Amino acid sequence: MGDPTDPPDPAGRPGGIREPDPTLGKPAKPFAPEPFVQGPSQQPQQPRSSRGPSHAAASHSASRASDQRNPEPRASEPRQPRIRRQRVVLAEPSRSSTSLRARVELEQQTSWGELLIKDLVKVQLRTAVLLGLLVLVVLCAIPAVFYAVPAAAELRLAGIPLPWLLLAVAPFPLMFGVGLWYNRLAERREQDFVNMIEN
Amino acid sequence: MQVNPWALVSVTLVVVVTFYLGHRTSRFARSTHDFLVARRTVRSRRNAAAIAGEYISAASFLGIAGLVLKEGADALWFPIGFTAGFLALMLFVAGPLRRSGAYTLPDFMEARLSSPVLRTASTWFVVFIGVLYLLPQLQGAGLALTMIMPTPAWVGSVLVTVVIAYNVMGGGMRAITLLQAFQYWFKLFAIAAPTFVLCAVFVAGGAGAPGSAGSLDEPAPPNFAAHTTVTVDTDVTLGVDTLTRVRVDDGSGGAGWTTWHAGSQHTVDAGSELTFPEGAAVPTVDQATSANLDWLLPSTDLSGLLSTYSLLLALLLGTMGLPHVLSRFYTNPDGKAARRTTVQVLLLLGLFYLFPVMLGMLSRMFVPELLITGETDAAVIALPTAMLSGVAGQILAALLAAGAFAAFLSTASGLVSSMSGVIATDLLAGKVRDYRVASVGVAGIAVLLAVTLPIDDLALSVGMSFALGASTFAPLLVLGVWWRRLTWLGAMVGMCTGGGLVLLAVVLNAVSAHTGGWAPWLLERPALVTVPVAFGLTVLVSIGTSSRVPEDVGAVMLRLHAPDPLGFMRDRAVQRFGRAEEHTRTSQGRHRK
Repeated sequence: MGDPTDPPDPAGRPGGIREPDPTLGKPAKPFAPEPFVQGPSQQPQQPRSSRGPSHAAASHSASRASDQRNPEPRASEPRQPRIRRQRVVLAEPSRSSTSLRARVELEQQTSWGELLIKDLVKVQLRTAVLLGLLVLVVLCAIPAVFYAVPAAAELRLAGIPLPWLLLAVAPFPLMFGVGLWYNRLAERREQDFVNMIEN
Repeated sequence: MQVNPWALVSVTLVVVVTFYLGHRTSRFARSTHDFLVARRTVRSRRNAAAIAGEYISAASFLGIAGLVLKEGADALWFPIGFTAGFLALMLFVAGPLRRSGAYTLPDFMEARLSSPVLRTASTWFVVFIGVLYLLPQLQGAGLALTMIMPTPAWVGSVLVTVVIAYNVMGGGMRAITLLQAFQYWFKLFAIAAPTFVLCAVFVAGGAGAPGSAGSLDEPAPPNFAAHTTVTVDTDVTLGVDTLTRVRVDDGSGGAGWTTWHAGSQHTVDAGSELTFPEGAAVPTVDQATSANLDWLLPSTDLSGLLSTYSLLLALLLGTMGLPHVLSRFYTNPDGKAARRTTVQVLLLLGLFYLFPVMLGMLSRMFVPELLITGETDAAVIALPTAMLSGVAGQILAALLAAGAFAAFLSTASGLVSSMSGVIATDLLAGKVRDYRVASVGVAGIAVLLAVTLPIDDLALSVGMSFALGASTFAPLLVLGVWWRRLTWLGAMVGMCTGGGLVLLAVVLNAVSAHTGGWAPWLLERPALVTVPVAFGLTVLVSIGTSSRVPEDVGAVMLRLHAPDPLGFMRDRAVQRFGRAEEHTRTSQGRHRK
């Protein structure tokens, strides 16, 4: 962690949620300083949140960055027993109570929460099936056309037989394009869903 | 058979680099999380390269060119199907599969349907499919090594097995991730560079250049460009379409020139030497397409059409049933990353598959004698020396041989690692030591089978394991992810019936191969029947046993489909094996998201 003489480091204190750590810069004391800094206490614990580790990692790297940024004051100070670095687990940023309610309804699978998920599943499945069908129909049409109209197989484009062009080259950009498209749609849907839950 | 010193050097280099990379990355692997899922910290770009590297097996690197040489336009469905499989995987499975938090395929089944019985059954299917897929890789390694140095076939199989067993044992998924990603880029280079050079040679020399066997547009079969002697290693039946002069020397001394009449069939014993004069038409092993015009055009009869659809269905759904492909998706940090990974895989595969097709076309012109011996899988490696004399051809051949070895190594390591994961967590206690024991056991059994069983066409036997994957795991995954009313009994019946039907087809095929080849196309490509049957039975039995729908289906669906930022994902590996110790990744600066 930084030094008490440092200006407050915005990276280490996101959103001004937590107070400066009272142990900063002081020699280690026999009593353990409070390791976990709680956020606003009206925020109940998220029961199944997996956000904890990622926040811990973020604050961890931030503290490391601030450590590297001002090494001089530390070096000029008289040697003190080094304070053991603490992991600080930040609370979630405060959310409105409606978003909390939505999350709890999802979590508890109330009829409304289940409906929300069912809608999401339905719309994602519809996108996947439609795009899948598009590719499948195109691919299956190729041999069907050659079967129905054998003469089509003997056409040439720039000296290359049509079947080879259609089979060896064309499907790959098609599949990649559909993949990109689906990825974009799915990510947008998920973002919409998250926005709906959180607002 | 002359020894190509360049190939020896390049293959040795690939093996050494693989060994070294695996050894180096193994140092970071300590816990079960490292071995099973590489701590779930593999970013999408690297994971995409690793998946593509693992997926481009011997069947892709050598087999596709061989099939194009033999079957022509119809063989082009293999690369299409191989790639389309990932599109299906992405559309229906990738994100939810990762969000389920499972660490193996059987674990996903249990997470979704909470049935230990189903878990055990799918464990055995995973092992079976894995071994079925692993065998051609090891056998291909043996075949490839015999082409560059005079060794018995088992040497290559054993060499590959030892290297991958060491790597998988040392670091599991953690060790092979970097390895497979590296091997994708190496394989792409190893096939793209020779293809460009050989195409340039072909264009510069023209179709009628010395060494070529005439243009592909001619209706006649390809011709020998020079006086050619071919040694036949196994008994074959050859067919000719035109009047062909040939000298048969079967080792008994009574060699002499004879004439084979148009449309006739001739049985040639192993060890015979056939000599053809310049300009003679190339005879073919019975099933290969002999005339160039048939080769150039897709088949236009009904059974050809249906068998194409069947193949497409098997490859499309079979990819998601391959345990080693799925196990790579567990290593992404979240569902979104898993989906992004798959998009990039589509690009990487599409890029790669352009090249084996071109090599296959060239080999039809320059190495048609492979049609006689039937060893069409050797086409890729034999082609450069046939087109370019001297050191240049040897270097290109060396590069291709090295790429083929990278293919064996990366695919086999993925297979061994995923099978070890399943065996260690389901049949053993799931500790790191169990994982290591499992990997040695799997590798040992596989190499024993590979050495003792006869060698088949690479792409064809791989095609069978795709059909098996499509008829067993694909219905379970697709229905499990999207359909709430699936029950474990329905899943079990569907999986066992689908798998049983494919196995029946395999057995009948083997019987037919020894009793005159009466099997219709449906036995060779059974997916068109087995996949709908598996899907249908799964649905019917599930509806019939609707009282057994798991009670937590709502919570499971929430976990599978809720977007990652909401944080409903639960890591089942953490639940079972505890949290992996944090200090290794933070202290070594290898923390990745």
